[in-house]
Amino acid sequence: MNNAQASGNGGPANVIEMVHVNKWFGEFHVLKDIDLTVKRQERVVICGPSGSGKSTLIRTINRLEEHQRGQIIVDGTELTSDLKNIEIIRREVGMVFQQFNLFPHLTVLANIMLAPIWVRKTPKEEAARLARELLVRVGIPEQADKYPGQLSGGQQQRVAIARALAMQPKIMLFDEPTSALDPEMIKEVLDVMRELAHGGMTMIVVTHEMGFAREVADRVIFMDGGQIVEAAPPAEFFSNPKEDRTKLFLSQILHH
Amino acid sequence: MRIETGQSLQPFQFDAPRLARAALRWMRQNLFNSWFNSLLTVLALAIIYEVVSGLASWGLFNAALFHFADGTISFGRDACEGATGACWAFVVSNWYLFFFGTYPYDERWRPLLAFGAIIVLGLVSIHPRARKSWWVRGPFLASPVWVLLMVRGVGVLDMQLVDSANWGGLMLSLILGTIGIVASFPIGILLALGRRSKKMPIIKALCVVYIEVIRGVPLITVLFMSSVVLPLFLPEGFNLDKVLRAQVGIIFFSGAYLAEVVRGGLQAIPNGQEEAAHALGLNYARTMGFIVLPQALRIMIPSLVSGAIGLFKDTSLVGIIGLIDFLAIAQLSTGNPTWIGRNVEAYVFIAAVYWLFCFNMSRYSMRLEGRLKTGHA
Repeated sequence: MNNAQASGNGGPANVIEMVHVNKWFGEFHVLKDIDLTVKRQERVVICGPSGSGKSTLIRTINRLEEHQRGQIIVDGTELTSDLKNIEIIRREVGMVFQQFNLFPHLTVLANIMLAPIWVRKTPKEEAARLARELLVRVGIPEQADKYPGQLSGGQQQRVAIARALAMQPKIMLFDEPTSALDPEMIKEVLDVMRELAHGGMTMIVVTHEMGFAREVADRVIFMDGGQIVEAAPPAEFFSNPKEDRTKLFLSQILHH
Repeated sequence: MRIETGQSLQPFQFDAPRLARAALRWMRQNLFNSWFNSLLTVLALAIIYEVVSGLASWGLFNAALFHFADGTISFGRDACEGATGACWAFVVSNWYLFFFGTYPYDERWRPLLAFGAIIVLGLVSIHPRARKSWWVRGPFLASPVWVLLMVRGVGVLDMQLVDSANWGGLMLSLILGTIGIVASFPIGILLALGRRSKKMPIIKALCVVYIEVIRGVPLITVLFMSSVVLPLFLPEGFNLDKVLRAQVGIIFFSGAYLAEVVRGGLQAIPNGQEEAAHALGLNYARTMGFIVLPQALRIMIPSLVSGAIGLFKDTSLVGIIGLIDFLAIAQLSTGNPTWIGRNVEAYVFIAAVYWLFCFNMSRYSMRLEGRLKTGHA
């Protein structure tokens, strides 16, 4: 099944709606009045300096962080403290972490099969079949019976992507997926993400990889100090940034 | 030419040195490589010789085991006539007392059968295939139930009810220790999870109070509480079994101790694991059960087994509340006029038995660690 189907044909046109979202870590105001709408099958790249709140932003979408004020609506379900809503949303939102977070005591195949079996109640054989298909798709079918510790960083991240895809989510969140990788392995992961994007998956990617943003994104969002400073399609964003802060950031990051 | 660290360049032979030469070289390198070390080696050897030869002459060479007369072997008092060393006949002739305490002699087939079955199960499970079979696992897991039933007595097979006041010796220590360890483990896990809970402050507070209070008092106090104070709160005439009272005290105490061991293990698991599990949609129970606890348990094994070993030895405190366990039997058995003065043999014997059990527990833990490590890279 391709990503377009995964992103779902039914349901609201806006998969994610964030309205006046605010979050504090104690006294520190980390998300300031965030208004963000993401359409179905849209690819959004979020960039910005460290501490700008971009990771916190996407982590509030699947409730890994709690927002104190404002509304977040994911695929028609509002995200509140209600556990039922949280579980519904988490089933439709997949996440890939900077540190991979694979389960080291399970094989690669078991890592991928775990959630479909226990959350979607998929029968074991079908889950295994699906897992092997996904491993082919991310390019490492021969690693199925190895343990995460035996894989390289790039391979581990690809397993993590396959694990998130196994739940057939409508939205994929990427939290700096290549930041912990050696340069020679970044390409293999970006290739997988590119293929995912071309297949029609709704993606929100926090990254510093501007080449990827230019090529794949429908919209690039720049965050600084907890606020969304600027948002534009990549062509406009990179050639004609409007805000001073955006210009400063671009000059720093595109220099080398 | 191979150069070994800490040694000056010396010509070596290329063919593998024979064992004797290798041993001598090892001794020269490690035990006698300097004047000071050589002195220490000699001193240590002297001490070891003194201790071992003293023990051996008392326990082995000058000891007496049996009396051979008129074609029969007996283990009575006369076996030790004229022996200057240990009198092991004392241990052998009191074997029933040591193992089963004041359990009625006529009913001895029951505990013998029960514990014999456990030993057989243990031997069978040496073979790895046997360990997987439910014919072995089932009886093993259910063992607390049928062992207790056999020892206490059911209605069938003409089994007379043996009140727990008559259970004693090694059998009692094993029952208290095993059930204590097995039952306190899930309690410890629940307490640790409760103490770590972020969403349920009342549960967390209760767990903290329980753990800190119980851990802060000695096991004797807990045993006194459960043995003397608890019955005061029970309704009139409701007589709680004496062994049960001690068992409950042991379980509560061990549960609090294990809770902290478990909590330590849980803390060692990076947050990212829980986050990844939650992001996949796994709920709390499944996250803990499939992801966090399996990894944490691997880390906790040395501490858990230490706790288990400690608990087994701590069961000897129940002598204070009037239960005749293995240690108490050793103390009482020397009161028998036939065997007066044989305290040393008694204590050496029970020390050896305790050591045997505890050593096997730690070997089991090493095997567990080894087996679980093969699951990782």
